Amino acid sequence: MVQRNSVFANLDWVSILLWMVMIGFGWMNIYSANIMEADGGVFDLSQRFGKQLIWIGASLLLAMLMLVLDAKFYFYFSYLLYLVMLGVLLGVLVFGKEIHGAKSWFVIGGFQLQPSEFAKLITALALANLLTSHNYNIRKFWHLVKAFAIIAAPPMLILLQPDLGSALVYSAFILVLFREGFSTNIMMMLATLGLLFFTTLLLDKALILLFMVIISLIIYMVVARSFKKGVVNGLLVAIVFGVLYGTDYLLKTEFSPFLMGLAALIPVALVITVKGFWLREYVQMKILTGLFISIVFIISVDFAMKNVLKPHQQHRIYVTLGIEDDPQGVGYNVNQSKIAIGSGGFSGKGYLKGTQTKLHFVPEQSTDFIFCTVGEEWGFLGTTFVILLYVGFFLRMIFLAERQRSSFSRIFGYGFISVMLLHFIVNIGMTIGLLPVIGIPLPFFSYGGSSLWTFTMFLFIFLRLDASRLEYIR
Amino acid sequence: MNQYTDRRYVFAVAIILVGLIFMIRLFQIQVIDKSYEQYALSNAQSVRVIYPARGLIYDRNGKIMVYNKAAYDIMVTPRLVEPFDTTELCEILKISRESVRERLESARSYSSRVPSVFMKQVSYENAALLQEKMFQFPGLYVQTRTLREYTSPIASHALGYVGEVDQAILDSEPYYQLGDYIGVSGVEKAYEEYLKGQKGKNIFLKDVHNQTIESYQNGRLDVTVEVGKNLTSTLDMALQEYGEKLMSPYVGSVVALEPSTGEVLALVSAPTYSPDLLVGRSLGVEFGKLATDTLNPLFNRALMAQYPPGSTFKTIMALIGLQEKVISKRTEHHCYYGFYVGNIHTRCHLHETPLNLIEAIQNSCNTYFINVLKSTLQDVKFSNTAEAYNNWRNHLLSMGLTQPLGIELTNELDGNIPTPDYYNRIYGENHWNYLTIRSLAIGQGELLVTPLQMANMTATIANRGYYITPHLVREIEGEESIDESLQERHYTTIDTSCYGPIVDGMDLVVNGGKGSTARNARIKGITVCGKTGTAENPHGNDHSIFIAFAPKENPKIAIAVYVENQGFGTTYAAPIASLMIEKYLSGEVKRGWYENWVMQLIQPVAPARKKDSLVADTLQNNESDDGTEE
Ligand SMILES: [Zn+2]
Repeated sequence: MVQRNSVFANLDWVSILLWMVMIGFGWMNIYSANIMEADGGVFDLSQRFGKQLIWIGASLLLAMLMLVLDAKFYFYFSYLLYLVMLGVLLGVLVFGKEIHGAKSWFVIGGFQLQPSEFAKLITALALANLLTSHNYNIRKFWHLVKAFAIIAAPPMLILLQPDLGSALVYSAFILVLFREGFSTNIMMMLATLGLLFFTTLLLDKALILLFMVIISLIIYMVVARSFKKGVVNGLLVAIVFGVLYGTDYLLKTEFSPFLMGLAALIPVALVITVKGFWLREYVQMKILTGLFISIVFIISVDFAMKNVLKPHQQHRIYVTLGIEDDPQGVGYNVNQSKIAIGSGGFSGKGYLKGTQTKLHFVPEQSTDFIFCTVGEEWGFLGTTFVILLYVGFFLRMIFLAERQRSSFSRIFGYGFISVMLLHFIVNIGMTIGLLPVIGIPLPFFSYGGSSLWTFTMFLFIFLRLDASRLEYIR
Repeated sequence: MNQYTDRRYVFAVAIILVGLIFMIRLFQIQVIDKSYEQYALSNAQSVRVIYPARGLIYDRNGKIMVYNKAAYDIMVTPRLVEPFDTTELCEILKISRESVRERLESARSYSSRVPSVFMKQVSYENAALLQEKMFQFPGLYVQTRTLREYTSPIASHALGYVGEVDQAILDSEPYYQLGDYIGVSGVEKAYEEYLKGQKGKNIFLKDVHNQTIESYQNGRLDVTVEVGKNLTSTLDMALQEYGEKLMSPYVGSVVALEPSTGEVLALVSAPTYSPDLLVGRSLGVEFGKLATDTLNPLFNRALMAQYPPGSTFKTIMALIGLQEKVISKRTEHHCYYGFYVGNIHTRCHLHETPLNLIEAIQNSCNTYFINVLKSTLQDVKFSNTAEAYNNWRNHLLSMGLTQPLGIELTNELDGNIPTPDYYNRIYGENHWNYLTIRSLAIGQGELLVTPLQMANMTATIANRGYYITPHLVREIEGEESIDESLQERHYTTIDTSCYGPIVDGMDLVVNGGKGSTARNARIKGITVCGKTGTAENPHGNDHSIFIAFAPKENPKIAIAVYVENQGFGTTYAAPIASLMIEKYLSGEVKRGWYENWVMQLIQPVAPARKKDSLVADTLQNNESDDGTEE
């Protein structure tokens, strides 16, 4: 009894208040998005808002349950839960029900459960466990590999369902690693590769190559602290390029500019390598290596886009990036979503008065596109409120995570923050046309039990750990 | 063990940055860019157009002439089309798969969102069958429209027809949408504003499946459909039908007016065509056939054919002579088979001589009226011929002979009464006199008028000095009266007193004894006043002309009959006018034998005459031998 009292005494009520506002406002919007079909009142269980009330009620019970468990429980059982979870993810591939072309659901007596949602939570626990294990050092290669293994196993299984959106969420855990000291250089490299990925889709490869060469030269000038050397190397590259393109122009061969660029780089690379070994000057070679990795990456992205992805997947990515236009096809969702949000104006059409969302112009309007209802009915004021609500919540979570004495609690907290942040960015980014349409819900807002329960448990386990922040868990 | 605590700030800053980016983006699409509101409206609104029934047209006695029948267009909104059972659709509409594909393709090329016609005017049975199975064909729907239907296949030229709007109208008049119907000619065109009514508009909210959900803003923006206004035409159906029947063997025109009101009782242009031909789906094909017909049935001769008035014009010559006091009704002239001056001669026929004015009209003496022209143009009041001629021409102007009269129909043409400048140009100033233009005295030469103008001229004589612009509509539902310009009396520059002798002469033309030229126009119990005419035609047989009004006092009908290529006015035009007058004034024709006889008189018709050739003929006709007159 004493301990339980102390849990409630130490609970962070600010977070709980924010949580309630998110859930409450979310439900109001789910109600609005479905009200046209309703005739049985607020508790009409045939309607999504009626069902969502059940999910909310159940999540309150779950929250209580999370709070009454001992803080150490989460740590002790994390690996076991992780293994069970992997089994469940395998199980869903065998026994699951296929909905919308993905075998992601268990159907138990009319209720649908999506194990990939809960898997995020358990992965966060397992990762926190690993990173706090004795003598763990994130800077050691094999230690890092272990962390990546824990992070990567669930999405591998989820990809088999296949559910690209849910699998993508696991990339958020890299942020946790970053917080725990993951090398900035590797983070930068990953970020560069991400950037390269999008530019490869957007721009001509030859152009990217040119940019990379120029950037390499600039880096060289900065690192070598010599403007002269940079210019000399630049001239060298320019001469080789010039000779090559000149010959090409005169002979009227029809090699692609990208291949010509690569061919031009070979003699330059040879010269630099030989000169580097000769003078024992390795800076140039490091830059050259970076350039080489980038080129390989570009070629593989290009190859993957054209040969591995199915046409509709390629199309979806192209539409999202604005390379292709298709207001009736893939672009339809984004377009309708933008229309709904945009038509809300500054102060919105008023609660329950939206037309776009109610008339089903917006697809999945109570799950992935619930933000449209906010935008249409509450306008810019409403959307700003929601964004500030989430930003405030995230900042509060960071504050809570950083005040933990136990690394386990902090790492778990960051796991929660990272996963939820990714959901937030991808979901809202998609509805306002900034990111590709990847179907993942807005935490605490979207309709759906699995998502609501997962994030509620996420939050309350973290709050439970926070309530014991003065104890040393691990 | 808490390292790297500074990295919390990377998180915090990143989160705040993301929030800012989202807010900026939302500000852009929600506050700055207003286009999304428009998209949302067009997304969610579905406008259902209700087509009004077009106004009906009655004849002057309240008999219905033009009414509506329902037509069913199959419309398609390509965006909403989902794959369906083509075979079933083909079976219902009796079209091929290929045709279905082509129709969809063409609709798509017009617009994917805006409905367009998939198939025009399917039968009621097919439309009903399709309506029943509509759920199988998403994107298609049946649109009810109205098409014109006629109680009797008459008066095509007066009534005109209704057709689909063309691009020019779509561009200039926003009321009309692709596929809408509009009056293309005749009364249908002239009174389009009243006949069309007002399209109704119901605005609904619809969902993504195009299912209507509810009325938009409780119907506040809806437009109530207004049925088109009914018109009462001035036409007398029975008379019109009778005129078309009498004219059916011939090429030419009959125009009958009520002199006191200017109302057109009958407007016949032969050959004619059935108005049913130019309705709906058949319009295109039939129009093509009619347009290439060598007799040119689409040409409205009553308003557009420019004919020389021939001897009927002698009445006008007499009126002007009297008004200018260059002759009196006692003025006599001798005539021995024609008019001779030097080597110039214009023949005349055998009649007693000398003749006074009234007898000259009765006998239609060419010599007499060339002398009238001589006196008029040599009038000492004027310093030269051109001045006198101009004065003479001004009288014609007051009688509506130099310009289109202004009937509601837009295709009316004017006649041709040359200006003095015209003769100055041709012959040189002061180098022409009455002899040069003597053909005018007998209604030939450059002189051209339309049958409508001839009828109006007759009505002016019947009214003894004024006319009212001929018109085809006497009542518009919901309007106090028709346009004031169609009720106003246009007084001529000829005094009423001058008309008496002319009317007496016209009386004698029909009812006189020896020398009367149109005794075959007599009707027992009705005093018909008339004047015959024959217009010389160098390319074929002469044109037969007759103008008449009746009864002599308080005339009820004025009529002009023009029969192309059939010779003497007495033989053809006069009996037709007579029968028409009898039909109108007595309600029935007791002379059935006469009717049959008239319709069997036909001679082989010379090649069809076009407006241009008529003008050319009469221009050539000026010199020397002016040919025979009655
Ligand atoms: Zn004579």
